Amino acid sequence: MAKTNDAAVIAVGVTDNHKSAIRSKKIGFTNLSERIMKYIFTVCGITAVACVLMITIYMIISGAPAIGKIGIIDFLFGDTWYAKKEQFGILPLILTSFFGTFGAIVIGVPIGLLTAVFLSELAPKALRNFVKPAVELLAGIPSVIYGLLGANLVKPLMYSIEEIIYANDPGHQFTGGANLASAIVVLAIMILPTIINISENALNSVPNDYREASCGLGATKIQTIFKVVIPAAKSGIASGVVLGVGRAIGEAMAIILVAGNSANMPELFSSVKFLTTGVVAEFPYSSGLHREALFAVGLVLFVFIMIINLILNGILKKGGKKEKTAKRAGKA
Amino acid sequence: MAKTSGSLTKKHTRISDIILKILIFLSSGIVVALTLGIIIYIIARGLEGMSWNFLSTPAFSYPFENYGVLGNIINTLYLVVITLLVATPIGVGAAIYLTEYAKQSRLTRIIEFTTETLAGIPSIIYGLFGSVFFYNIFKVNYSILTGALTLSIMVLPTIIRTTQEAIKTVPMGYREGAIGLGAAKWHTIRTVVLPSCIDGILTSVILSIGRIVGESAALIFTAGIAAEIGINSIGDIFTKVMDQGGSLTVQLYQYAQRGGAEMKYAFSTALVLLVTVLVINICAKLVAYRIRKKRSA
Repeated sequence: MAKTNDAAVIAVGVTDNHKSAIRSKKIGFTNLSERIMKYIFTVCGITAVACVLMITIYMIISGAPAIGKIGIIDFLFGDTWYAKKEQFGILPLILTSFFGTFGAIVIGVPIGLLTAVFLSELAPKALRNFVKPAVELLAGIPSVIYGLLGANLVKPLMYSIEEIIYANDPGHQFTGGANLASAIVVLAIMILPTIINISENALNSVPNDYREASCGLGATKIQTIFKVVIPAAKSGIASGVVLGVGRAIGEAMAIILVAGNSANMPELFSSVKFLTTGVVAEFPYSSGLHREALFAVGLVLFVFIMIINLILNGILKKGGKKEKTAKRAGKA
Repeated sequence: MAKTSGSLTKKHTRISDIILKILIFLSSGIVVALTLGIIIYIIARGLEGMSWNFLSTPAFSYPFENYGVLGNIINTLYLVVITLLVATPIGVGAAIYLTEYAKQSRLTRIIEFTTETLAGIPSIIYGLFGSVFFYNIFKVNYSILTGALTLSIMVLPTIIRTTQEAIKTVPMGYREGAIGLGAAKWHTIRTVVLPSCIDGILTSVILSIGRIVGESAALIFTAGIAAEIGINSIGDIFTKVMDQGGSLTVQLYQYAQRGGAEMKYAFSTALVLLVTVLVINICAKLVAYRIRKKRSA
């Protein structure tokens, strides 16, 4: 058997050589340790799958009972979250998370994308070496520090804006700056590094031929960037945006001190409660149905994140395919 | 041509170009200003409450009110060490499996998809999961071990992906050489592949430390908020893992939440965290620089 294998190896080449070399070895001890290590590595590989399965199962087990007791319609579309009276409608929380994320994207994506354009297309090396580490540092700052800064800088700023806007409106309940607008600003800053890094990578991977061809046709540098390079990097930029959405919707500690924490319907200058901040703020003292409801909130958040992951996976797959065909066309 | 714009050699500047260029520079300026502003502000306000006493004593409220972070620094160290002890072998093992053993199959696609999924799950979900799952195992509400195991799952994708990238850069010729000399697979991995990508593994560990030190939402429900040191005898060093223990970030949140006079201690804690993050960033840079130098050599 070994001999025919060797003959085949010569014919097939080096890669198959590995396998036959291992197989033809019949020394007991080495063989055993080789086999054991293979199993150990396989188990390590499957750990990630097991973790995701466990998290999914546990989130459903702990979240589903409350949804059953409250009723899925009352839970998802109920407009009052009032724990003391056991009213658990999370529509205000869902809408707040939705609009908060949307706002962060509206502010964060243009700034992030333009910074990525600067880094990848325009910046001279000296400036790049200054801006790039700044972005990396921004990514490394713990979210709780963003919360601290939000509470000390953004909140007062938003309060003064609120005072100007609602100066003549006696009906407005002043939030002292702890409102949706403050949370949006903090979230927008937090997602900047994600958007910048992913978009920059996407822009960098656009082949230089595209730029040269466009400039050769008489387009200016800026025209080339906005009409050729960015459209070509579309799917990469999109995945950056989706990752940003994921980060914003799942963020808790950065906004808990600036959002105000009352479950109102989202308005820029009203105190609000996000899906995430609701859990963090109420979990420590909750019990009974209240705690179960908080797990259900976690489950809803988990479902949103899973949907976002699937979208991301779809974009990456599509982008990968396109890249491959582009490469093939390039070769031809 | 519909419109002749004068000379061919003279450059025609478009207003839209100028506006867009200004916006690009403005955005980058905002990002840099934000980073610098955050650092300067934290240093300025953090120094207010900073003292040797703050760094060398734990926080307690009896018999007198004391503000300190030593207990939290120790707790954070515990979390970092235990998390890395658990996550690094598993993560590196998974990376080895994906790059060296597995063939492109449905299983590898599933593993890669779930790794991406783990990376996308927000830390608060990890916190909820960890508090229920590990409560079922250890029967304690809050413990450092619970927190560390929760974080181990969280940093797994970082370690797997970074190590995978590092292993992929090891030239195929190295492996072929080892196999040609009669080494089997695990022997090759142990003696050739791993030693040549040790820098990459180190990078993944450094990145993980950054995540662990900065994490808060996953810890508040799992490791708890206690700030005392809790080590009175040598045995306590080991039993401490089953005690409650708040990390630096959790203590920062506590100070910030109470506000008022304690706000300055929140900033001092933030300063400690910021310095740690800076050091971690610099370490990662140094390792990356070493890798690049080695590769070009």
